[in-house]
Amino acid sequence: MTNTYKAFVTAIKGLGLTLRHLFTGNSERKVQPVQAPNYFKELEIGTNTIQYPKQKLPIPEVGRYQLDVVIDDCIVCDLCAKICPVDCIDITSIKATQSYGQTSDGSKKMLYAEKFDIDMAKCLYCGLCTVVCPTECITMTNEYDRSVYQLGDLTYSFSDMSPELVAEKKAEYEQAQAQKLAAKQAAMKAKEGGATS
Amino acid sequence: MNFYIVYILVAVGLFAFAGLFALFGVYAERKVSAFIQDRLGPTETGKFGLLQTLADALKLLQKESIIPAAADKVLFVLAPIIIFVSVYMGFACLPWAPEVIPSDTNLGLYYVFAILAIETLGILMAGWGSNNKYSILGAMRSAAQIISYEIPAGFAIIAVVMVSQTLDLQQIAIQQGTLSAEKVKFLGVWDVTHIGGLLSWNVFKAPHLIVAFVIYFIASLAESNRAPFDIPEAESELVAGFHTEFTGMKFAFVFLAEYSMMFLVSMIAVVLFLGAWNSPLPNIGSVKLADWTTGLVWGIAWTFIKTLLLVGVQMWIRWTLPRLRVDQLMNLCWKVLTPLAFLCMVISGVWRLWVM
Repeated sequence: MTNTYKAFVTAIKGLGLTLRHLFTGNSERKVQPVQAPNYFKELEIGTNTIQYPKQKLPIPEVGRYQLDVVIDDCIVCDLCAKICPVDCIDITSIKATQSYGQTSDGSKKMLYAEKFDIDMAKCLYCGLCTVVCPTECITMTNEYDRSVYQLGDLTYSFSDMSPELVAEKKAEYEQAQAQKLAAKQAAMKAKEGGATS
Repeated sequence: MNFYIVYILVAVGLFAFAGLFALFGVYAERKVSAFIQDRLGPTETGKFGLLQTLADALKLLQKESIIPAAADKVLFVLAPIIIFVSVYMGFACLPWAPEVIPSDTNLGLYYVFAILAIETLGILMAGWGSNNKYSILGAMRSAAQIISYEIPAGFAIIAVVMVSQTLDLQQIAIQQGTLSAEKVKFLGVWDVTHIGGLLSWNVFKAPHLIVAFVIYFIASLAESNRAPFDIPEAESELVAGFHTEFTGMKFAFVFLAEYSMMFLVSMIAVVLFLGAWNSPLPNIGSVKLADWTTGLVWGIAWTFIKTLLLVGVQMWIRWTLPRLRVDQLMNLCWKVLTPLAFLCMVISGVWRLWVM
């Protein structure tokens, strides 16, 4: 008997609770960032739905979402690729014959980035690469909505070198190497010759 | 010859009404559930998502009708038809307004109650025919539940029948307003025959009928398989219960039956307890509110308003209370509702003899 009575009382309490919520539907949700004062209290007032593509929840300017590389600032040191726990960064480099420029913080650029690919499908968003980067050229942006139709589209290529340029720089380097080798051999020969004569 | 045209028109009208109500009901249900849970519900199709259920219906029409290879084909195909038709036939003798009743039989209530019970048969057929153990479990639960809850519902109804002395739904309706031929007493003491309105409704004619109304309402929730008594469907335990295997229009018919059933049981409750098509406004001296608001259009409007309010309460309950376990269900039915309903019936007898 007490059970039945309790059941009725609790049922009525529950019905009262839902009835109160039934009339919240007419006040729309204020879209505000989590940092806003009383953020969680505000959720009790109106509806909670965010109509996603139309409304977006504001997020901090420095988010940890997509990776981005400013290739002009990159010295192609390969540190990010080395520290990446899932090996999603793929870098190949060409040595330059001499320093061909400076990054914005003054580091000399000695390597050309032939390939600088990041496979965001593999990325686990740990942010280690951004920590080790000496020139802070690799960062995470606040863009979180990235959907593509092809898996391959998730591999971002940051290198801006054209195939011709790559071939040219390769040839330049090889030529320089060959010249060096020739000079070395000449010097050796001269040395040997000097020794024998 | 003209009779037949009228009959067919009435039947088609009721079918169209059932379909329209299902469209509205599903939309309302989704909106109510959304608001209760602080969501928005459908908003994209049409203004406020009003065309959403129409779009859903169109989608269901295009769906492939699949009959499982191992199913008992005859039972499987017939089940949704029987489920829907049994509910649809129940509409035949419900009064909408003074002199507006599809079929004015003097056994109306008895007929409605009998034909509604056939729904169980349809559900059992669906469960058995699907050849799926979850479906048959759902069907068995449904049978157990409906058969159990018909007893308190029946006693609660008999309590009303004893007070009003008739099974004719139109007669029961007439007795609850100013058109009544016999004396109407508020709580058995105050003669309100010419005052009418709220005061002459069955629930206020005798105080124990309020209890009977609550019992009937709870039992009717169980009979239409609505939460908190939706263990036949139990989507979390039984996938979707007896209609797991139904696709396309077959599923649509099962759904149509559920929403028609909601309306039907609410309308029976309105006719038996809440004054049917009678106005809730009483006559006050020379301000004849009850007389002014009784009539054909008013009657239909009152029936609609009262019934939709009850349907709203059903939805409200569905989104508030959790589903009962089978043993809790049977406990409530046999240990609480049945004795109470029986008591109501006994009091009704005494009331009729000594008070009215």
